Amino acid sequence: MKRVAALVAVLALAGVVTWLVWPSAPEVRGLDQRISVVDGPADDQRVELDATFFPAAGGGKAPAVLLAHGFGGSKQSVRQQAVRLAQDGYAVLTWSARGFGRSTGEIALNSADYEVKDVKQLIDWLAKRPEVRLDAAGDPRVGIAGGSYGGAISLMAAAYDTRVDAIVPQITWADLADALFPDGGGQGPANGVFKRMWAGFFFGRGAPVQGGGAAQGLGALTQQSVPLTAEQARCGRFLPAVCEMYQQVAKTGRATPEAIELLRKSSPVAVAGRIKAPTLLIQGQRDSLFPLGQADANAKAIASAGTPVSLAWFDGGHDGGNGEVDWLYDQTAGWFGHYLKGDGSPVPQKFTVTRDGGRDPGTRQRIRLHPESGSYPGLGGTATTAIPLTGPEQNIANPPGGSPASISTVPGVGGLLGGGGTTNLSVGLDMPGQVATFESAPLTAPLQLTGSPSVKLKVYGKGQVTLFAKLYDVADTAQPPNLPAGLVSPLRVTVPDGAESVETTVTLPAVDFRFAVGHRLRLAVTTTDMGYATPAEPASYRIGLAAPALAVPTVAALAAPTTGVAWWVWAMPLAAIALAAIILATGRTPSRRRTPFTRKAATVRDGSGSTTVQMDDSGVDTFVSDNGQTTTAQKDGNHSGTFVADGDPFTSDPSPDEAVPLEISGLTKAYRNGELAVDNLSFRVERGQVLGLLGPNGAGKTTTMRMMLGLIHPDAGEVRIFGDRVTPGAPVLSRLGSFVEGPGFLPHLSGRDNIELYWAATGRPTADARFDDALEIADLGKALDRAVRTYSQGMRQRLAIAQAMLGLPDLLVLDEPTNGLDPPQIREMREVLKRYARDGRTVIVSSHLLAEVEQTCSHAVVMHRGRLVSAGPVSVLLSAAVSTNGHGPRLEDVFLDLIGQQS
Amino acid sequence: MTAATGYAPGRTLPLRVEIVRQFKRRRTLVMFGLLLALPWILVIAFQFGPQSSGQQQSALRISDLATASGLNFAAFALSVSASFLLVVAVALFCGDTVASEASWSSLRYLLAAPVPRDRLLRQKIIVALGYSAAAVICLPLMALLAGTLAFGWHDIQVPGTGETIAALDVLPRFGIVIGYSLVSQLVVAALAFLISTMTDSPLGAVGGAMGLWIVSTILQAVEALGSLREFLPTFWNTAWLDALAPELDWSGMAKGASVSVTYAAILIAVAFRRFRRKDVVS
Repeated sequence: MKRVAALVAVLALAGVVTWLVWPSAPEVRGLDQRISVVDGPADDQRVELDATFFPAAGGGKAPAVLLAHGFGGSKQSVRQQAVRLAQDGYAVLTWSARGFGRSTGEIALNSADYEVKDVKQLIDWLAKRPEVRLDAAGDPRVGIAGGSYGGAISLMAAAYDTRVDAIVPQITWADLADALFPDGGGQGPANGVFKRMWAGFFFGRGAPVQGGGAAQGLGALTQQSVPLTAEQARCGRFLPAVCEMYQQVAKTGRATPEAIELLRKSSPVAVAGRIKAPTLLIQGQRDSLFPLGQADANAKAIASAGTPVSLAWFDGGHDGGNGEVDWLYDQTAGWFGHYLKGDGSPVPQKFTVTRDGGRDPGTRQRIRLHPESGSYPGLGGTATTAIPLTGPEQNIANPPGGSPASISTVPGVGGLLGGGGTTNLSVGLDMPGQVATFESAPLTAPLQLTGSPSVKLKVYGKGQVTLFAKLYDVADTAQPPNLPAGLVSPLRVTVPDGAESVETTVTLPAVDFRFAVGHRLRLAVTTTDMGYATPAEPASYRIGLAAPALAVPTVAALAAPTTGVAWWVWAMPLAAIALAAIILATGRTPSRRRTPFTRKAATVRDGSGSTTVQMDDSGVDTFVSDNGQTTTAQKDGNHSGTFVADGDPFTSDPSPDEAVPLEISGLTKAYRNGELAVDNLSFRVERGQVLGLLGPNGAGKTTTMRMMLGLIHPDAGEVRIFGDRVTPGAPVLSRLGSFVEGPGFLPHLSGRDNIELYWAATGRPTADARFDDALEIADLGKALDRAVRTYSQGMRQRLAIAQAMLGLPDLLVLDEPTNGLDPPQIREMREVLKRYARDGRTVIVSSHLLAEVEQTCSHAVVMHRGRLVSAGPVSVLLSAAVSTNGHGPRLEDVFLDLIGQQS
Repeated sequence: MTAATGYAPGRTLPLRVEIVRQFKRRRTLVMFGLLLALPWILVIAFQFGPQSSGQQQSALRISDLATASGLNFAAFALSVSASFLLVVAVALFCGDTVASEASWSSLRYLLAAPVPRDRLLRQKIIVALGYSAAAVICLPLMALLAGTLAFGWHDIQVPGTGETIAALDVLPRFGIVIGYSLVSQLVVAALAFLISTMTDSPLGAVGGAMGLWIVSTILQAVEALGSLREFLPTFWNTAWLDALAPELDWSGMAKGASVSVTYAAILIAVAFRRFRRKDVVS
C-alpha cells in the first residue's frame, strides 16, 4: 500500500511540474495605430484607417501578414487569428477597411480606386516598421489573408501590388456581378437571376454599427440600434455610386450594364491574371453567396499567368457548415510558412476537398477527411459519368407574385446561428405545382460527384422563363431527400417568338457529394426560390428533358491520404503482450535447485529408548538418543552431501520409497508486522509415525502446516516431503492428504459431488481414489447426497477428513481433526489414524489438546511461539517428565514445563 | 518417485470439472435465467406499452426501431444490456471464480491437491471467460428468437438514417457485434479476475471491477480530457454500432479491441504473477 501511495504521489507531482513548466504560448501585444491613407480615383481623399499592429512574438524582423476582415466586420473580428499568427512568428497588421469599424471613408467594395490603394499604403507603412523583414527597400515580405470581403481585397491587392508575396483568400468572389446575378444557362450576369436575399444581407451590413462593429452574429442582435439619419438609413456607409447601383438593381431584379461595370471594378477575376503571389484559395462547400464556381474562376485566372495556386473546398462558407477553423489556420500557416518564411512547410496540394468521414466511433462526432489531388481538374471533373434520368414532360406554374416560394437555403441564417455544423443534411422544400422532377434508377455503385453536373432541358413557354434547377439525393427511406449544400442553379431562358420551346443546358451547382448505393438522383426544376427575385407575373411552363443523361463530373484522383489505423492500435496490444510476458517471466518463483543433503545428518530415531532433550543457549534443539546418535535440527538449512537414492530395507509398503516422509529444516515465517510465526523450526518425521504437532494456540502449528502444503512461502528454510522440496504445486504434494484449518467444500454441491469433483480435480485415475474407504470414514449415510451447506460442523469435518484420505496418501496431515466430533467419533478417529500409520504410512496431527496427542500419537513435536521446544517419541517425553517432577507421566506436565522454560 | 501414481500436473483440474463445479451454482443459473428472460420481458414491454402512432419520420433511435424486426429487436436488446447488464455478468463470472473458492476454503485443498497455481488460474479463467462468452452470446440470440417470434423476420432498419440492410447480409454483422462485445468485455473480465485473486470476498471482486468500470465511464464524460479518453477502457464500448451502419467501419472497433486487449493482457499477467507469489491464508 505504501508503495502504491508513493507511486501515486510521484505521478501527481510529475503531472503538476509538467503543467507548470509546459511552455505557454508567447505573449503577443497589439499596438493600436491610426494610419492615414490617400485614395480615390484622383488620389485626393484622405482616410484614417483604424489598425492594430502585432509584432511577431519572437522579436526580430519577421515576415508580415495583412489580415483583412469580412463584410460588416472590423479589425476586431480577426484579432484572435492575428494573435495566433503573431505567436507563430509573423508581424501581423489588422485594419478596419474604409467604411467599417472606426475607420473613416465609405465602402467602395474593394475597388481598385479605393480599398486597393489603401492596402498599398499599408504595405508602405509595414516597410517602415523595424519589426518587418524587407525583400528590398520599401518592399516588405508580406502576405495577405482574409475571408469574404477580406479575401477579395487580398486578391485585388496582390493583382495591383507586386510586393505581395503570398495570399490566402477565403470564401470570396471572383466576379461580384456573377455572384449576385448567377445564370445557370451560362449567359452571364446580364441574363442572371438576382440573388435578392443575399444581396440584401450583403448591402444591409454596410449600415453603421455601434461599437466599431465588433459584434457579429447573435451578438449584434442584442445591441440597441442607434438612430440613423435619412441618408445613413438609405445608403449606410456605402459610396453613393455603389448605393445608387444597389437601389437600382434591387428594384428591378435585373443587372444593368452600369451595375455590372461597377461590380466588375470590385471583382478580382478581371485582374487576377496579374497576380504573381502564390495563392491558396479556400472556398466553402456550404456557400450559396459565393459558391465554389467563384473560386474556380479565380483559380483559372491566376493559374493562367503561371502563378502557383492551390484550391481547397472546406466544410463551411456563408451558409454555415463546420468552419474547420483549426484546419484552415493550419493550411494558411503552412502556405505562409512556405512562401513567406521559406521554412519548408509542406504546402497543400493543388486541390483539397473536405469530405465527411462519418462519425468518430468513440466520440460520435463528425470527422472530416481531406482527400487531395495533385492537379485541379476544374468543375468539369476528370471524368464524367452519365446518369440517365427519366420523367415525362411536366407542367409547372409560376405563382402570382412569386409566392409561395420554394426554399433551398435561407441566407444568413446558417451564419447567424454560428454555423449549422451539426448536420450535413439540407432539406429543400418545393411547392406543389411549381416543380418538375426527373429521377434516376437506384444507384448500383456509389457515385462521388465533384464539380458541376449538367443536364439539357427543354422548356415550353413564352418569353422569359425563370427556373431553378437542383439535384436531390433521394434515399428511399424515412429520410427526406437531401439537397446537397442547399444549392440551386437559377437560369433564365428566353423562348424565341414564334417558337414553342427552347432547349438549354443547365449547369447545376458545384458540390462535392457522395451518392450512396441504392440512392436515386432527382433533378428538380422549380419556378421559384425564396432567395432569388422571381417574376411576379403568373405563368405556366412545361419542362422536359432534352437529353436523358445527367452528366456527373467525378475526380478519381481525389484520394484521402491513407490514414490507416492509428499506430497505437496495433502497437499497444503488442507492447502489452510483451509487457505481460515480462511480468510473467520475472514473476516466476525461482525454482531453486533441489538442495542435496545427507540422510544420516538428521534422524529422529524411532527408538523406544530414552532421549534427552537438551536446550542449549544457541537454541539448537538436540536429542541425544540412547545409542548416542545425535540429531541436530539445524538452523541454517545449509546441508551438504548427496541424497542417497538406493534402496532402504525398511520400506516396502505401501509405496516402495525410502525417502523421509517429512523433513523440515530452518523453517521461518514472519507475519507482516515482523513478528515470527514460525521461527527456525526443524524436525523430521519417519515412516509409520503418528506425529503430534503440539502447541498452544498461536504456536505456529497451522502456519507450519500451510508451508508443508506449499500454500505459503517460507521466509527461510525449507520443507521436504519424501525428499522433494515443497514449492507451490510441487508434484510430491499428490502423495500428501491434508485437512488444514477446517473443511473447504462447495456449499451448493452434495458431499458426494464434492468428493468426486475434488478427486477429479487431482486428475488421477478414479480407481485410485478408494472412495468407499474414505466415505466409510466420513460415515455420512444418506446425507452424502445433500448439499454441503445443510451439513453440521461435525459432518463437514468428517467429510473433509475423508477427502484428505482419498487415494490413501502416504503422508496424512490433519489439523485439529477431532474438533467438533463427539466422543465416540473421536475414539473412532484415533483408531483410524493409528491403523493408517500401521500400514507404513505417516500421519501428522496437530492439536492443542494434550490428551489427544498422548492417546493417538507415537511421537510429538512441541511448539511454542513459533519455535520448536521439544521433539521425540511420546514415551520419551513422558519419561523425561517423570524424571523432572513427581506427578506421574502426563504429557500436560511436560508441556507446561517446556512452555514454562521458554516463556 | 516424487509424485503419486497417476498424478500429472497437466491433468489436474480438467475444464470439464471446473465447468461442473461452477455450473451448479445458484448465481450462475440466476444470471443465465435473467439473460434469457430479459428479451421476453422486453417483448412483453413492447407489446403492452402504449403504442405511439406511427410517427416514423422524426425519431429513428434504436429503441424506436426495436419492434421493426427480430434483428432490430436483438440490436436494441444488446444496446440496452451491453453497457451494464453484460458487464455485471462478465464481472460476476470472472470476479467470483477464485475469490469464491477462497471464501469456501476450497482453494487451499485444490492447491494442495496439488493443482499448480498457474494451471489453476488458467483453467479458472478459461472457464470464466467461457461462461462470460456464453452470457454475451445467449442474450442476443435469445433476443433474436424472441424478436423474430414477436415482430417477424424482416430486414434491419439502421438507426439514424432508417436505411435498410437485408436480413441475411446483416447476420454476419451480428456475429461481428457479438464478437466485438466479447472483446470489449475482456477488460472487465481481466480486472475482475485480478481482484478475484487478491481478495476472499467474491462480491468484493465483482464490485471492485464494476466500480472501476463506473469510474472509467464517468471520466469518459469529462470532455476536457480530450483524446486521452480514447484510452479509457469504456470509451469504445458502443463501437459495435458501426457494424450495423450501412457501411461497415472497422476503425472504432479496432481501437476498442486494441485498448481492451492491452488492458486485459497486463491485468491477467499481473493476476498470474501475484497469485504465484501469494500466501494463501484463506
